[in-house]
Amino acid sequence: MEDLRSLTGVSPTGFGELLASRGLSPVWTVESEASGLAPEATTVLALRYEDGVVMLGDRQATEGYSVAHREMQKVFEADKYSGVAVSGTAGLALEMIRLFHTELEHYEKIEGTLLSLEGKATFLARMVRQQLPLAMQGLVVVPLFAGYDRRAEAGRLYTFDVVGGRYEETHYGATGSGAREAKSFLRTSTTTSLTEDAALALAMDALVFAAEEDVATAGPDVRRGIFPTLIVIDEEGYRDIEEGQIAAYAQASLDRLT
Amino acid sequence: MNPFYVPPEQLVKDRAEFARKGVARGRAIVALQFEGGILLLAENHSSTLFKISEIYDRIAFAGVGRFNEFESLRVAGVRHADLKGYMYARDDVQAKALANAFAQTLGNIFTHEVKPYEVEVLIVELGDSPTEDRLYRVLYDGTLVEEAGTTAIGGPAEELSALLNDGHDADQTLSSALDKAMAAFTAVKGDTPTDWEGAVLERGDGRRSFRRLDL
Repeated sequence: MEDLRSLTGVSPTGFGELLASRGLSPVWTVESEASGLAPEATTVLALRYEDGVVMLGDRQATEGYSVAHREMQKVFEADKYSGVAVSGTAGLALEMIRLFHTELEHYEKIEGTLLSLEGKATFLARMVRQQLPLAMQGLVVVPLFAGYDRRAEAGRLYTFDVVGGRYEETHYGATGSGAREAKSFLRTSTTTSLTEDAALALAMDALVFAAEEDVATAGPDVRRGIFPTLIVIDEEGYRDIEEGQIAAYAQASLDRLT
Repeated sequence: MNPFYVPPEQLVKDRAEFARKGVARGRAIVALQFEGGILLLAENHSSTLFKISEIYDRIAFAGVGRFNEFESLRVAGVRHADLKGYMYARDDVQAKALANAFAQTLGNIFTHEVKPYEVEVLIVELGDSPTEDRLYRVLYDGTLVEEAGTTAIGGPAEELSALLNDGHDADQTLSSALDKAMAAFTAVKGDTPTDWEGAVLERGDGRRSFRRLDL
């Protein structure tokens, strides 16, 4: 049985450093070009509305021109007031999210208070930057981060680039193979004064539109009953939209756009 | 004979006496089951320096005695639990292993360090049903005790335990559990404490069951 004395003291300050101090850090480097070796997670998007933010992710992961997974989840609760979505190399993305989630909860328990929304975004940017060697080998992970800022009393969202650049977006953000189409759709109709219902419908429309143009993006799969992940974050916190409701938004979008 | 020789009996007795005095100065903490989970209650004048806190999804920690000492144990407990949950699965983090680790730690400190820790800690785990709830008490010398239904640590722990065990009902409501715990503190102290710190581990849908009470 382990003696906990090695775990007392003021450092390490975060969970990532705790892992490093025990030699347990995830390996973020590979020797050579590795693109195309692992499944890729495709389109995720987020947009602000009057009371917060909505986030949506399709469920597909692709491996070249093949479908690797049809029911992958790409949008996750980061903590009570924020969510994170990912695109890019699926396995690395999932590990990054698990680490990010653990880090936020670890901070909250040790310090007895939540990190500020900006603090969380900054931390995530640093995690993306640590991945840079892998990105250079073709294993890219680009997240999308959104949450409710309790100090500013507003929903906020952040996009990232592959070198760890962090950008706060005023209206919407998207990443993944269908991001370009999704963003051009959102550009035509986004204002931040949308109601929650309108924002959810618009997010679904943008995905259906992107899936029409981008082969790697999967729209709602009505036949199999596989629907995109759809969540809301407002002053009450992170909330999953019920599956039945998602199906209704999906059907309405398909009727409107296809 | 070595003029500096101290018989081990004497050494342990001195250390125990020293630690016990430190613990006895601290205000007590109690834990007891209610219909929806487990209540933890302490007397605490500070609203920021907590004695009761969350370790993991279904595990809470409480410490009495020197703040810096039980605080460093708490932090170590959170690190231990988060490491385990990250390496394996969330369900693999269990109070028994944690209580054991605390017992080892306090036991080693008691015999090897210059000064023993003047603390007692409580590790409480919420089960799927009341019969699976676990309450562990770890003393300053690493003694580990498992208790059923109710427990107490700190100065007047024995008297508090006796009062709480008397007619303990795991199906009581939260408010009656609170009344009972507060009455026990009042009876032991002689007057009613005014500053409380309370928290519950609640059985429900959520992953994290720890919630602070506004008392």
